[in-house]
Amino acid sequence: MDDRALARTLARMATEIVERANGTEGLVLVGIQRRGVELASRIRGLVGQSEGATIPWGKLDITLYRDDLQTVGPRPVVGETSLPDLDGKTVAIVDDVLYTGRTVRAALDECSDFGRPRRILLCVLIDRGGRELPIQADIVGKKVTAGPGDRVDVLVSELDGRDAVELVRA
Amino acid sequence: MRPILIRGGRVIDPSRGTDEVADLLVADGKVQASGRDLGRPDDALIVEAAGKVVAPGLIDLHVHLREPGQEDLETVATGSMAAAAGGFSAICAMPNTDPVTDNQAAVGFIVSQAQRAAKARVYPIGAVSLGQRGQQLAEFGELVGAGAVAVSDDGKPVASSHIMRTALEYARTFGIPVADHCEDPTLAAGGAMHEGLVSTRLGLKGIPAAAEEIMVARDILLAELTGGHVHLCHMSTRGSVELIRRAKEKGLRVTAEACPHHFTLTHEACEGYNTNAKMNPPLREPEDREAIRQAIRDGTIDVICTDHAPHHYDAKEREFDDAPNGIIGLETALGLAVTELVETGLLSLADLVSRMSTTPARIFNLPGGTLAPGAAADVVVIDPEHAWTVAPEEFFSKSRNTPFGGRRLRGRAETTIVRGQVVFAREVAANGPAGPADPARKEYSAGRTI
Amino acid sequence: MSATLGKDLVGLEPLSREQIQLILDTAEPFKEVSERAIKKVPALRGKTIVNLFFEASTRTRISFEFAEKRLSADTVNVAVAASSVSKGETLVDTARNLEAMRIDMVVIRHGASGAAQFLGQRIRSNVINAGDGKHEHPTQGLLDMLTLRDRFGRLEGLKVAICGDILHSRVARSNIWGLTKLGAQVGVCGPATLLPRNVHELGVTILPRIEDAIQWADALNVLRLQLERMESGFLPSLREYNRVFGVTKERLARAPKDLLILHPGPMNRGVEIDSDVADGPHSVILPQVTNGVAVRMAVLYLLAGGSPDWANPGGGGE
Repeated sequence: MDDRALARTLARMATEIVERANGTEGLVLVGIQRRGVELASRIRGLVGQSEGATIPWGKLDITLYRDDLQTVGPRPVVGETSLPDLDGKTVAIVDDVLYTGRTVRAALDECSDFGRPRRILLCVLIDRGGRELPIQADIVGKKVTAGPGDRVDVLVSELDGRDAVELVRA
Repeated sequence: MRPILIRGGRVIDPSRGTDEVADLLVADGKVQASGRDLGRPDDALIVEAAGKVVAPGLIDLHVHLREPGQEDLETVATGSMAAAAGGFSAICAMPNTDPVTDNQAAVGFIVSQAQRAAKARVYPIGAVSLGQRGQQLAEFGELVGAGAVAVSDDGKPVASSHIMRTALEYARTFGIPVADHCEDPTLAAGGAMHEGLVSTRLGLKGIPAAAEEIMVARDILLAELTGGHVHLCHMSTRGSVELIRRAKEKGLRVTAEACPHHFTLTHEACEGYNTNAKMNPPLREPEDREAIRQAIRDGTIDVICTDHAPHHYDAKEREFDDAPNGIIGLETALGLAVTELVETGLLSLADLVSRMSTTPARIFNLPGGTLAPGAAADVVVIDPEHAWTVAPEEFFSKSRNTPFGGRRLRGRAETTIVRGQVVFAREVAANGPAGPADPARKEYSAGRTI
Repeated sequence: MSATLGKDLVGLEPLSREQIQLILDTAEPFKEVSERAIKKVPALRGKTIVNLFFEASTRTRISFEFAEKRLSADTVNVAVAASSVSKGETLVDTARNLEAMRIDMVVIRHGASGAAQFLGQRIRSNVINAGDGKHEHPTQGLLDMLTLRDRFGRLEGLKVAICGDILHSRVARSNIWGLTKLGAQVGVCGPATLLPRNVHELGVTILPRIEDAIQWADALNVLRLQLERMESGFLPSLREYNRVFGVTKERLARAPKDLLILHPGPMNRGVEIDSDVADGPHSVILPQVTNGVAVRMAVLYLLAGGSPDWANPGGGGE
């Protein structure tokens, strides 16, 4: 997926989020550190343009909610978490890649420690399959089939200098 | 008792200034002759000594045997066996036992335990003061009568200058030295190691060098005042060496000893809170270690002693502040001395024998220290070249507290003869073990190797 | 992955610059956890931690306990009174008994220097030194550094004067190691009786008088003066100490710049520090306490990660 394809996909996802949330009233975007934050920021810009609304948004670092501290060890640096009020809101969690579902599980746990949203939507740019938990996305940019050893790299210009999605086969 | 012919060794006897390849014949508990081609009495046990050194048995003036009172750490029997294995034919037992060796009966007990063990000779040192409390003099006359060869409150200093003075004066009557553990108790209070950069880093209370030197200076002044013989135990600082050097220049009756750990290690051995490097006096700085080495070389320090101090393994298995002071030394002293002093070119082998045998005998007025015909047949055969690794689990001592485990050393005792009998032999003698009456047979026919 | 911490945190002396940096950087997000409505994350869920305190301590123990609870660990406090030492149980026996109960970490405060290292070498659990004798108090050093970094934005080139009883202070030693490794300049100031032998060889500047420290420093870390120092002959009186070495408003007024004031607590007001300084605009004594929890969370979190051969967590969302 190149930069133009990525832009088209994000525009479609932005539209879908507004549709699923029945407008922008009570909508909150939450990006999962790190690339989910960049994607959420762009979706927020797109929704703002099309709907003329300023959507509250936040960042979520799920590191401290992971269940694999023993196996993978602590991350060198835990990222920032900053969330607006979530009580009674429709929260759209944005992440780059949906794989095992464990990150989303952690994000759901963390969100519920910050408040009680009315509803939580899951939006991912890439669904690569391979779930280990019964979790599905509400809004998917693109489905790909990737094996356990394959890598899906989402690149964003803010962090990586260019926009792209690349599938690296094992 | 079979005669023993020690054949073809390099016989070093500093008492006669001899250093020559020769045979040595001992019989009836005495040295009979040394020379070439002594022939061979029919029943003699032959000890082949080619390539080895034959010397008067080593003498350690400073050993803690823990009996009576702490027989789980060491006994007269195990300590004197460890001594024999280390090449010592005689050791002096410090009186800080429980009860303190401050009376005739206590001295007699150690003498009789040593006779029963029949390994290295054990000479008791009596206490200076009753209970080593530093208040009232012990009965020196009675102590000497029972076999004591010196007096000391070692383990503690003689804090009172008055008691030290009277002890030195009174000891003159009996011709014995007063051996002092030099430490100013107020400066050293609570100290766990040498005061310096390492103690600062480890956050341990230090003992400054001045704590020792103040008492060394005091004892020298009191020796001058009284004309008594003061023997300064386990010297550890360059300042002490300087004070002793000046006292000797003045011709005072001052003798001094140093331990292998003080000429081998420095306070850096305490890194990591190694309790086997905790001792009193503490391990000092490299400059102190060098001063001690030079003082041994030039004779400012007269003798090398071990300050053999057995402790149970779990007594050292604790916080540094709470661990007891001291290490065992009888089975490593010779190897350390050869490795650190002879191999480095500091001392000749003859000087080493002098510092570990002839001089100790002379200053404490003990038998031994010589191979002159008619002298007591206390002999050690040393292999000065043999390289070995210190393995504390193989020690004859009951305790294992040494910082030298795993260290490579050169030089060790091969055979130790006391009163004309083999009390330790690393290998079975050339023509079979000594007769069944020989008390050491069990030890050396068991074939223990290190 | 860059630096890791290893099994134990015994002191800052054995740590590298990178390891100290890692702890400070990790502490940053943990500050925010303590600001949340629900001040708890599940990172150490299921871990059992024993706070083994052989010396009385209120604030360090509470700070560790908050840090542990905010990470969802299960904690047990064991205050070992001096009396049970006299019952004869050794430190190593105490530790082995705790380990036999399958604990994961031990936070130890002990009166003997080296106690934490001793313990760490003998049990498999992670050991964190909460102060051992006169040796180190690494988490205090770290929280002091975090507080300085918060205010100055850097540690490199900063001049920090540690004032008071350096000889008996584990806080001073941890500060000296940590700050010098991160490029700060450290001065020590106190009566000559309370400066350790050879302290200059640790790379610090000796400031003989408090006025010198105030002229020289960007920040003062004022140590607590233990009152028993008078009895053991190190000092004549509290009154004189305050007159000669006390950090007072009048002295600070003559400083060439505003000095940041730190104190590890508990304070002897009117002895080493005057109240109007302790409560003044440049005091960060309370932010130190807040940072203490964050730093301890970071240390617990990093050590709980376990083995140094961590797998690479990999990129891309999971």
